[in-house]
Amino acid sequence: MSTATATHDQHDHHPTGITRWLFTTNHKDIGTLYLWFSFIMLLTGGAMAMVIRAELLYPGMQVVDPNFFNMMTTMHGLIMVFGAIMPATVGLANWLIPMMIGAPDMALPRMNNWSFWILPFAALMLVAPMFMGGNFSSGQGPAFGWTFYQPLSGQYDKLAFFIFAVHLLGLSSIMGSINIIATILNMRAPGMTLMKMPLFVWTWLITAFLLIAVMPVLAGAVTMMLTDKYFGTSFFHAAGGGDPVLFQHVFWFFGHPEVYIMILPAFGIVSQIIPTFSRKPLFGYASMVYATAAIAFLSFIVWAHHMFTVGMPVAGELYFMYATVMIAVPTAVKVFNWTATMWKGSLTFETPMLWAVAFVFLFTIGGFTGLMLGVAPADFQYHDTYFVVAHFHYVLVTGALFAIIAAVYYWLPKWTGHMYDEKLAKIHFWVSAISVNVLFFPQHFLGLAGMPRRIPDYAVQFADWNFVSSIGGFVFGLSQILFLFIVIKTIRGGAKATDRVWDSADGLEWTVPSPAPYHTFETAPEIK
Amino acid sequence: MSAIQTINKKLVGFFCLALLAGPTSAWADYALNMTKGVTKISEEVYDLHMLVLIICTVVGIGVFGVIIYSLINHRKSKGAVAAQFHESTTVEVIWTTIPLVILILIAIPATGTLLKIEDSSDADVTIKVTGWQWKWQYDYLDENVSFFSSLSEASNKARQRDSGINVYDVKHYLLSVNEPIVVPVNKKVRILTTSNDVIHAWWVPALGLKRDAIPGYINESWFKAEKTGTYRGQCAELCGKDHGFMPIVVEVVDQDKYKQWVVAKQEQAIAEAAASGKAMSKSELMARGEKVYKGNCMACHQDKGQGLPPMFPALAGSKIATGPVKAHMDIVIHGKPGTAMQAFAQQLNDADLAAVITYERNSWGNSAGMVQPSDVKAAR
Repeated sequence: MSTATATHDQHDHHPTGITRWLFTTNHKDIGTLYLWFSFIMLLTGGAMAMVIRAELLYPGMQVVDPNFFNMMTTMHGLIMVFGAIMPATVGLANWLIPMMIGAPDMALPRMNNWSFWILPFAALMLVAPMFMGGNFSSGQGPAFGWTFYQPLSGQYDKLAFFIFAVHLLGLSSIMGSINIIATILNMRAPGMTLMKMPLFVWTWLITAFLLIAVMPVLAGAVTMMLTDKYFGTSFFHAAGGGDPVLFQHVFWFFGHPEVYIMILPAFGIVSQIIPTFSRKPLFGYASMVYATAAIAFLSFIVWAHHMFTVGMPVAGELYFMYATVMIAVPTAVKVFNWTATMWKGSLTFETPMLWAVAFVFLFTIGGFTGLMLGVAPADFQYHDTYFVVAHFHYVLVTGALFAIIAAVYYWLPKWTGHMYDEKLAKIHFWVSAISVNVLFFPQHFLGLAGMPRRIPDYAVQFADWNFVSSIGGFVFGLSQILFLFIVIKTIRGGAKATDRVWDSADGLEWTVPSPAPYHTFETAPEIK
Repeated sequence: MSAIQTINKKLVGFFCLALLAGPTSAWADYALNMTKGVTKISEEVYDLHMLVLIICTVVGIGVFGVIIYSLINHRKSKGAVAAQFHESTTVEVIWTTIPLVILILIAIPATGTLLKIEDSSDADVTIKVTGWQWKWQYDYLDENVSFFSSLSEASNKARQRDSGINVYDVKHYLLSVNEPIVVPVNKKVRILTTSNDVIHAWWVPALGLKRDAIPGYINESWFKAEKTGTYRGQCAELCGKDHGFMPIVVEVVDQDKYKQWVVAKQEQAIAEAAASGKAMSKSELMARGEKVYKGNCMACHQDKGQGLPPMFPALAGSKIATGPVKAHMDIVIHGKPGTAMQAFAQQLNDADLAAVITYERNSWGNSAGMVQPSDVKAAR
């Protein structure tokens, strides 16, 4: 292996222009593609969120019609989950895992190319029906919620677009996961034992197993929908002897691990950043690994806590309640470990650290509401209200997304060779961190006060908090344009980044030059 | 109230909850918290909610306190030198055990409440609730009372886009119906939920009851309201276009009033059945048809019959509404499978169906003759 690659020494030769990106098998190029794709999706899904918040700014219908509103909530959810968060973490995995374990590239580079290039087509297929109504305002995109519950989704007459888009997204995820597992298990540098791997690598290894386990389940669910809709089967049709609740069981057997698929890599990112800016090793490395594995295991056996109101037997409700609240234990261990890492450290607050600390605070709030939701009798009141909306936006926006943004600031100097503009980045952080709370915190109150989710208009007692929430939403949305500006500015120039970038950054990726050369670790490094 | 005042008011409320300090009275104006409701169960659920919320708040203050202390005192700019400890099995065991103990403390009362919620035996009144896109059907199984309940006309008008109506002028905007359900106070009312089309969820916060209405299933749940009054709720499961517009209104009254209401409903049903077969004049049909249209058809086909194409076709000038009367009756009575067009056979009686078909055939420029209740009866 090393003799074969030795001939490439110092040659960054690769096609240029569009073919470089179309045909690339380089993990860094593919990582970049994933990250840009997810950023475009973030802005697309974000624009839809702005439509939602604009309609909800005042009571009464002003901006869109109810069906268009439902289309916005549905597409916003699907795009953010499958288009923004997941590809962003895969992009980070592509860029970082080979550099972190001292490998020259991913194990399966050609498949890596294909994993990415499926995505834009899947996304196009997903959004295409939105433009099929003659004009945009009568678009015919899916409007049945990102959870596409049967039988509602069965009423949709362009279901095939949605189903094949999901199939393609799943295919991409499964291939990406196989690649990540193969890379981590086979391509670690000599001496890089499993328990020496950076936590980001560990969390992605576990995430990849989750993906391989549940993506086929999702594929099964949509395939049954397909045959129900077009080939006369009745898996989910009560009238034909099928069961609409079966759909929810199958969906959430995928759906619950899916939320951990989005958050585990975020845990990994934060576990890289906090030690660097605390100038102290991560506290409880081993227990962090075990806690991640425990969360992953529990994620498979708690799915029906999304379904407390469907009328399960009481024994089932009790079991799912107990199992669900158990997740609080390993999650709490993680938060305690991050806290202990900062304790008696020597802290500085460069932008990545700000985002990581905000993550710890705000993700924990999302964790608390998660515990509340897990208590079944109370869930009867919370379920399908804005309390739930607030909960999962705390874990996915101030959780997963904040960690991803932290990661971009943290590794951007390594990727581009330039330092980002610290002053602008701090403005971006503070505006985002404040506005995101103005956006989502009042939604707890709305939910507790009785406002259901997924409604385009509301009773007037909900008007005040919706107004506040919308204002927060507009500011948060706009502040991400600043993020785009900062990233482009950094790519185009800026202070030269050192190889180590951060004075106490630890890990193999900091031993290569900044920007990282096109090929790294063609000869495996020695791990002490 | 000016915008600034509104925002100030909101900020005060925001900090109230953030501090979790004061008594709950300060929250009431802002509806920041879950309702205590009017049943024993809803009160228990509220207490459980507060228990977990307070535990989370205390733990949160503890953890955040440690982090904030660290952020302030362990800064490099303050000359802090990093310690190098990074492991302690004892500490890990302690902070794994403590959350576990807390969870058990939460699980014990939660189990008790859940067992009570799921015990719907020995009910005094049983009401079957059927979800339809987008209204509720109520069947009092032992009293032979049955009716549909949908969004009130005033709210329905105001919620149309660019209606020009100030929604603040509409009483109980989006939370009022044309016909509420009436139940007796201090009696155990069993609710059986099911659905005719997609999944809905019947939710009245003050009764502490939310249960999915699923086609092919009959879900059992119950409530026992301890205070008379009017309690409002909404559909809680996304059920299509007008999911936000199918509210629930429950009137809890004393036993005598409830009995009177049941008798009145039964008499009304007999009178309607008798009238249903009679022939009607065109003006009678048109007047009745307009009412039925507004309550059942307008949400999709719109007030001037223009529809929302392509999903909800126009009726003005349409082939169905101006063509052969048989096809028109067929689609209204039996629906169109695979689309949102429902079968109205069970929802409307012969007179209503005849009236609404006549109305559709003679409005918005259509002129295609009358339909009598007897025609509908024959076409069923």
